[in-house]
Amino acid sequence: MDLALPLDSLHRELGGRMVSFAGYAMPIQFEGIIAEHNWTRTQAGLFDVSHMGQLVFASADDVALETLLPGDITGLKAGVLRYSMLLNDNGGILDDLMVTRREDDLYMVVNGATKHDDISVFRAAGLNPQYRDDWALLALQGPLAVAVLERLAPGVGSLSFMRGGAFALLGVPAWISRSGYTGEDGFEISVPNDAVEPVARALLTHAEVRPIGLGARDSLRLEAGLPLYGHDLTPAITPVEAGLAFAISKRRKVEGGFPGATHVLDQLLNGAPKCRVGLKVEGRLPAREGASVVAAEGVVGTVTSGGFGPALGAPIAMAMVDAAHVADGTALGIDVRGRILDATVVPMPFFPKSYVREGAPR
Amino acid sequence: MTRYFTKEHEWVDVEGDTGTCGITSYAQEMLGDVVFVDLPAPGRVLTKGGDAAVVESVKAASDVYAPVGGTVIEVNADLEADPALVNTGAETGGWFFKLTLSDASELDGLMDEDAYKAFVATL
Repeated sequence: MDLALPLDSLHRELGGRMVSFAGYAMPIQFEGIIAEHNWTRTQAGLFDVSHMGQLVFASADDVALETLLPGDITGLKAGVLRYSMLLNDNGGILDDLMVTRREDDLYMVVNGATKHDDISVFRAAGLNPQYRDDWALLALQGPLAVAVLERLAPGVGSLSFMRGGAFALLGVPAWISRSGYTGEDGFEISVPNDAVEPVARALLTHAEVRPIGLGARDSLRLEAGLPLYGHDLTPAITPVEAGLAFAISKRRKVEGGFPGATHVLDQLLNGAPKCRVGLKVEGRLPAREGASVVAAEGVVGTVTSGGFGPALGAPIAMAMVDAAHVADGTALGIDVRGRILDATVVPMPFFPKSYVREGAPR
Repeated sequence: MTRYFTKEHEWVDVEGDTGTCGITSYAQEMLGDVVFVDLPAPGRVLTKGGDAAVVESVKAASDVYAPVGGTVIEVNADLEADPALVNTGAETGGWFFKLTLSDASELDGLMDEDAYKAFVATL
């Protein structure tokens, strides 16, 4: 039996089609994936991501966290988010996550399907994070998100990408960061469970805001080239293979000291045997997760997620491919039900990101 | 002309020994935005309940089964340029393929429209 999230009844009232996801009943779509996708690219989409795990660590846990993650946590400044990964002893990815240093603690958001395993890993390392399932998490994403949220929480527009702060939202204490999983400008908003429905309803009263389901969340992140845990990232894939070497902080590259560091740093210097790439697929037939990627010598990789990019109007895919075939422009084939589709390795994102970075004009 | 329905949400219109097949409005609603329809080649022999086509929505690929057995004689060429016809007219302009029925007795046991509506109401 799926668990109900705090917005369950609102999703149903709004006509959301509920599916089972990460142990919860969640809306896959409201009016339709393509319409919701394009709405988020042009207006503002409201996503319920309360299934994700919100964890709070003591500030002094930063040193211990660095034994589990390849990110610079001790050097993280207050109000700054860092994308990082929980690694196993082989350098394989157990989860990807966001960690923020706040005034009095470290705040972490991990994937919903992996949160309980993550907590076990933290506990085994002697850490005892608070699991805040009394908090809900919303994402407001799209070019008009800042204008809408500024009306409810004045000052949020002064945050730049990957920065967060404490705000009052309808009189409720909220932790708001300028971040997301769509490639668009936008915010993630953490509020107590009992306040999330009034906050969601207040956001939805603005004409620019519509509710968006998991389906468009997936197509948006795919177009943005953002990997999905459990599909593009697994315990058998290292950060280097995943194309996420940027998340290994400079100091950690020198010092190591994270799980699998020897292996991961060797890959960083000498290359990895395989790599996550973006593939643009000819025609209109989407290539899905699990499809074989082929070259003249045979199978050279596997599609890890793929589908139709609504804003691009074309099929796109991410694949884990042997290192000999990962250069941009490489022609490959994808086997879809015995038919070989022409595909080309292309840089990601497929669709340009619209983040408001620090120092950029507002 | 008589229209029959399957529990897998396909329909077939039968006129003489020719059947026109598609998926139901309920099915397209469940699938969401259709972006590609992989149709069987004319000449292919389909068996009742066997794989006939694949519908690709934004989210997933779904198999479509032959409501009756037969030989494919024509596919809906409009679906190549406009796969969303399946969403806008699943039971009209969004038909998939026509076949020559191999055994009309296979229609026995399929549902008529009222029975299908009653079936969908139980889902």
